[in-house]
Amino acid sequence: MYVAVKGGEAAIDAAHAWLAEERRGDPAVPAPTVAQLREGMALAVDRVMAEGSLYDPDLAALAILQARGDLVEAIFLLRAFRTTLPRLAASRPVDTGAMRADRRVSAIFKDVPGGQVLGPTFDYTHRLLDFALAAGVDPPPAPGAPADPAPLPRVAEALGAEGLLQPEPPGDATPPDLTREPLELPAPRALRLQVLARGDEGFLLGLAYSTQRGYGRTHAFVGELRTGAVSVEVEIPELGLAIELGEVVLTECETVNQFAGSRTEPPQFTRGYGLSFGRAERRALAMALVDRALRARELGEDLSGAPAGDEEFVLGHCDNVQATGFLEHIKLPHYVDFQAELELVRRLRREAEAARAAGESAGREAAE
Amino acid sequence: MSADGLPWGFAYLDEGTKRMIRRALLKALAVPGLQVPFASREMPMPYGWGTGGVQVTASVLTPDDVLKVIDQGADDTTNAVSIRRFFARTAGVATTTRTAEATVIQTRHRIPETPLREGQILVFQVPIPEPLRFLEPRETETRRMHALAEYGLMHVKLYEDIARHGHIATTYAYPVLVEGRYVMDPSPIPKFDNPKLCSEAILLFGAGREARIHALPPHTRVESLAFEDHPFEPARAAGICALCGAADSYLDEVLTDDRGGRIFVCSDTDFCETRRAGGAS
Amino acid sequence: MTPLLEVRNLTRRYGARTGCEGVGFDLWPGEVLGIVGESGSGKTTLLNCLAGLLPPDGGEAWFDTREAGPRDVFRMPEGERRRLARTDWAFVRQNPRDGLRLNVSAGANVGERLMAVGARHYGAIRAEAARWLERVEIDPARIDDRPSTFSGGMQQRLQIARNLVTRPRLVLMDEPTGGLDVSVQARLLDLLRGLVRDLGLAVVIVTHDLAVVRLLAHRVMVMKDGRVVEEGLTDRVLDDPRHPYTQLLVSSVLAA
Repeated sequence: MYVAVKGGEAAIDAAHAWLAEERRGDPAVPAPTVAQLREGMALAVDRVMAEGSLYDPDLAALAILQARGDLVEAIFLLRAFRTTLPRLAASRPVDTGAMRADRRVSAIFKDVPGGQVLGPTFDYTHRLLDFALAAGVDPPPAPGAPADPAPLPRVAEALGAEGLLQPEPPGDATPPDLTREPLELPAPRALRLQVLARGDEGFLLGLAYSTQRGYGRTHAFVGELRTGAVSVEVEIPELGLAIELGEVVLTECETVNQFAGSRTEPPQFTRGYGLSFGRAERRALAMALVDRALRARELGEDLSGAPAGDEEFVLGHCDNVQATGFLEHIKLPHYVDFQAELELVRRLRREAEAARAAGESAGREAAE
Repeated sequence: MSADGLPWGFAYLDEGTKRMIRRALLKALAVPGLQVPFASREMPMPYGWGTGGVQVTASVLTPDDVLKVIDQGADDTTNAVSIRRFFARTAGVATTTRTAEATVIQTRHRIPETPLREGQILVFQVPIPEPLRFLEPRETETRRMHALAEYGLMHVKLYEDIARHGHIATTYAYPVLVEGRYVMDPSPIPKFDNPKLCSEAILLFGAGREARIHALPPHTRVESLAFEDHPFEPARAAGICALCGAADSYLDEVLTDDRGGRIFVCSDTDFCETRRAGGAS
Repeated sequence: MTPLLEVRNLTRRYGARTGCEGVGFDLWPGEVLGIVGESGSGKTTLLNCLAGLLPPDGGEAWFDTREAGPRDVFRMPEGERRRLARTDWAFVRQNPRDGLRLNVSAGANVGERLMAVGARHYGAIRAEAARWLERVEIDPARIDDRPSTFSGGMQQRLQIARNLVTRPRLVLMDEPTGGLDVSVQARLLDLLRGLVRDLGLAVVIVTHDLAVVRLLAHRVMVMKDGRVVEEGLTDRVLDDPRHPYTQLLVSSVLAA
């Protein structure tokens, strides 16, 4: 007699134990520590913090270790942990103008006040595998960087002074909070930027790239790209002053884009904006291009047919925690619905077969 | 502090989040069939694996509740096990596989065969709450269609089914009209279960990834969409359960060998076991 | 008697450029009004404003509704305007692909408006769709075919059937014969003339083709640079044009 499949509980326990063993790998090789991952995999840690929306390098490194290096899984772990954290306060807006930048470049001027600062970039390295790393050779010390770099003036201010750049007036309005309120469409720019800031880097990269290849071209120039530490301050109402909690490293990108003018605006340059936790130039650039593409409606531009300019498409699909969960849920059993489909297809086939048979016999009768 | 001694609240969510979800639930119950947005949180299981249902369950659960979790009608499918364990751990509530004993039942894809009674809550996991989504991809447009009750397009789809196949070819997630006002997706339950949507229990639907909640209070009028000359028909496999002999329950088809041998068994494992314990076979 | 549609001072600008400016006219039940002019003269802007596709910057459009008499459609709540658009109004677009659902059958295309206003009997909807296919000279045997398998002329006739099935009183048409071969155009015009007469439709038809106007329209409005420069009975305007621009248009010096 048939016995219904049982044993879900035991199977799950066994699978978890097996996973833990695989995670550990060869016991003869020392396991990587959280500190090693935090230091040696710093850019992976930065990505997990950015898309996990939680600035904590140690937790991000732990998530990477637990996820066996699967960054989307690590981001998911960090997000789920984030859910459990109480919100004690909101910081004052960070001042990226006062950033202690160790890298700052502008592509629109040969030189800028404060200078072009290359910083620790891959940009001009030759992409040759370095076997010295495998041998564990420590690098020679780098020429001394200024211990405490001075704040650099923003490149955009030079254009803004001439009135060539659409101003972004400061506002005191509290922006909507994606993590506390549902995403409502159409979304204001502040909300769009929040979605993009935690959006999947690969998705943003593809979208930004598509605008460069003609699917919603916005003619972007890199006005300025800067990376460095900014201080985070919290207002203490009882004390009537703000105290500094610490620093976070951010990457900020401002693009300068052509704009022909609209019903209400004269021809001028407009901006796209990207901001990310950590060192994350690719995501900051991509975010700025997508942000600019999503301003098409507000600026009266026609980007129809361009995925990057389609707010519902972009905002609805850029979160990799949502995307991977929903994609992978098709692994779950669906046999109840499949049974219903199975019955339907069988019925349709029976009916089609009957109709064909009836047609044939009618044809024979007609021929006789 | 949660039941498992770790630094999160009873049933994982903090009280502020639960209050926010309860407000959405109350609104959804006040306007049956309306999709109410809520600020869905990241949960420790993936989106698409029941995060909406889990958040709703976490928000309605009390320490005295008895929880049952099913997936495909069964208590022992892996995802049902995983979610039941999650609440046993984070809320410390009693769990059961008996439909009649449960006060809260979380489900994916089925409504139990045993009729639910007043005082019970059935929580559905919902992947895509928008019944118009595959006819119109834009949220701004579907929201307008609901607001203006413009549901002609829904019937175009059903018309097309009949023109093509001779009958309506939607077999699960079969759309319903709630109290004559909102067209609603009952989640991917087989249409066999649609008549059970008119229930004595409270039915709550949570879609985590899409951040929407909808609800059916007890005794709500729920009609499955159809034409006058092509009325709605609940469907099931023609057969009887090989274990308990039930001829009126929803059946799973089970392959018994690689030569095409197959039998049918009840999809609702509790229903089947209860019948067998009562001597049916 | 009240005009079916009374348009006053309709204005729409695109930045500094004018789409149409201060346009007004009356349309009476059963009357066909032709609007002619070069491309860029504002005739399509005018039609799109009336159809609710473009918000006007100013003006009024009073439609004599069945329930409540004349109502300004620009100031109607959206729900009411959309209900009107699928019952008493129809909009036939130049490209039938814009006005049809290409991925559902011809029958569903015609039946959609019926279902939108509450028809729930499959057999009755299908019978009505078949009647309308026949009426626009499409073989009813093709009721289950998708419009993507139809020729351009058939698609346009299907679009007309889809629009007329709820017996609207006002039909807006944007270059309905544009993009069709000459022989196909002639057949379509003939069909349209018959439908307008038999159903007593009031029509606003935008076209650059004076032959279309001559055949269908009772009255003509000539537009240039967003303004109306001349209007009158069709024969009068075409045979005895007064405005120099109309004279050029009629003598076909202007490429429309």
